[in-house]
Amino acid sequence: MSTLIAPAREVVTAADRVAAARRRISIGETLGQTMMMAWRALKKMRRNPEQFFDVALQPILFTAMFAFIFGGAIAGDVQSYLPLMIPGILAQTVLTTCMATGTQLREDMEKGVFDRFKSLPIARIAPLAGPMVADLLRYTIAATLTFGMGLVMGYRPGGGAGGVLAAILLAIFTGWSLAWVFTWVGTIARSAQAVQGISMMILFPLTFLSNAFVPVETLPGWLAAFVRINPVSHLVTAARDLANRAVVSGEVAWTILACLIVMAIFAPLSVRSYKRHM
Amino acid sequence: MSITELGRTGGGPAPNGGTDLAVRAEGLMKTFGEHRAVDGIDLHVRPGEIFGVLGPNGAGKTTMLRMLATLLKIDAGRAEIFGVDVAGNPHVIRQLVGVTGQYASVDENLTARENLWLFSRLQGIAAPRARRIGTELLGQFGLEEAADKPVAQFSGGMRRRLDLAASLITRPPLIFLDEPTTGLDPRTRGQMWDTIRGLVTDGCTVLLTTQYLDEADQLADRVAVIDHGRKVAEGTPDELKTAVGNSTLQLQLAEPGEVPAAVEVVRRVLGSDPVISPERGRLNVALDQADLAADVLIALRTAGVSISSVSVAKPSLDEVFLALTGHETDEHDETGTEENR
Repeated sequence: MSTLIAPAREVVTAADRVAAARRRISIGETLGQTMMMAWRALKKMRRNPEQFFDVALQPILFTAMFAFIFGGAIAGDVQSYLPLMIPGILAQTVLTTCMATGTQLREDMEKGVFDRFKSLPIARIAPLAGPMVADLLRYTIAATLTFGMGLVMGYRPGGGAGGVLAAILLAIFTGWSLAWVFTWVGTIARSAQAVQGISMMILFPLTFLSNAFVPVETLPGWLAAFVRINPVSHLVTAARDLANRAVVSGEVAWTILACLIVMAIFAPLSVRSYKRHM
Repeated sequence: MSITELGRTGGGPAPNGGTDLAVRAEGLMKTFGEHRAVDGIDLHVRPGEIFGVLGPNGAGKTTMLRMLATLLKIDAGRAEIFGVDVAGNPHVIRQLVGVTGQYASVDENLTARENLWLFSRLQGIAAPRARRIGTELLGQFGLEEAADKPVAQFSGGMRRRLDLAASLITRPPLIFLDEPTTGLDPRTRGQMWDTIRGLVTDGCTVLLTTQYLDEADQLADRVAVIDHGRKVAEGTPDELKTAVGNSTLQLQLAEPGEVPAAVEVVRRVLGSDPVISPERGRLNVALDQADLAADVLIALRTAGVSISSVSVAKPSLDEVFLALTGHETDEHDETGTEENR
């Protein structure tokens, strides 16, 4: 095999390569590969800025709309509704943003480049986790715009800048963890449209059957029971306490616990169905 | 473990006693629902050779390649690459094999240079070296000018070149090429052939699939013909062509009823039977030399068999198939396939 003349280039020897091949992927390599995938996703976002439409428009539109529609009915006037509603919109916006993760992953997976990702000696989780790291940027934009719009409309958070920042961080973390659910949907559904459909079915009950827009006390007993265990309710309550009163309540712990459980279940599920897929 | 009964040496002596085959597959099987896409294929690829897998669309070529590349699960059978079990060590296999798919598997949103950078860095190549490899490969594949344009603006040929370049980043010892020239114009096709030949000079082994007999003829040291998920023939391109004849005399008889008489004449002149085409009154006669066509025609006239049209052509894949399997390259045709002729 080494009989041929190869000027200036060493000849490939299979036996050396077999001997040099690594058997496992280390955690460090997995992280590095995930960051490369995040780099790819950021490049893609920069070249397709229309991807930011949902994260930019929804917080602005929904904040204005919901404040004027529900404000009078629920809290008497718009001003007193804002402290109740802004954390609700925050949760809703972040959830919608993480729904897009699944749809975009699905569209991406149908492209040829995923074949190469699968054929490379890289961690199977990297192509899934990379875009999610890049999505942190989207959550940050969505969360910041929601509070920005609230401030414009006259919302004065009692928790101050620190409280608001903490609420934003908690919302980003929640969005990032719940995105694993949609990533999993992205790997099992047949098409991007199907992902969209299924994600809506998950998203609407989660956001509207929560305390995001109305006080729980006004709901019938059976519904209130669901609303109380809904992780989105915990996020909304925790964000209200943080933003309005700068209080780190037990709700924060509940939210983080719920997120960790969701990740522990759906991250392995996603990787498994990604490996089996295609 | 080592198989030495395969007498001929493909690319010189094996690097060590245990792994003298680049690819060894035994009874590979893949079923999609009811459809058996790959039905017990054995394959032995020697280090340093270009091995061609020839077959029509839907024959199971791509499925077989994807199983060997760890992209599809192997349902039954066993495969080894340089002595490493494919099913048991997918991570090792992925370090040994570069895969270039039928559809360019590069990122459309990135530029050519960014693509190479991404795939280099993903495989743990340090930044300065990744940059150097990128520039080198872009030069080698004639993509310097387009290096910083998004791949979305690339032509089919450019994408294929970039795709192949991306498979060579770590200089893997084994390269899989799935129909590397399908859809390319003749000039680009010739360039791709030169590139593929160059890989072997660097010490690589190449396993490629193709639908074109002339491509297998041009590139491959040995060829396996695949049909309906089974291997129907294997040998050097010359051996295959001899089975079919170097050229084919196509005869259309004026009277379809005279087919038996014509078969008799051909047998007398050449000592072998012609292939009776499914079209009425049509015969394909394999010829070792094109000159023999005249002998057949004269004998037919002497015997009083009249001909409405005649042509001499190089054997096409269709004819190789007809000769090897007894049926045409029809994906829906479910008639049984004969084993080697």
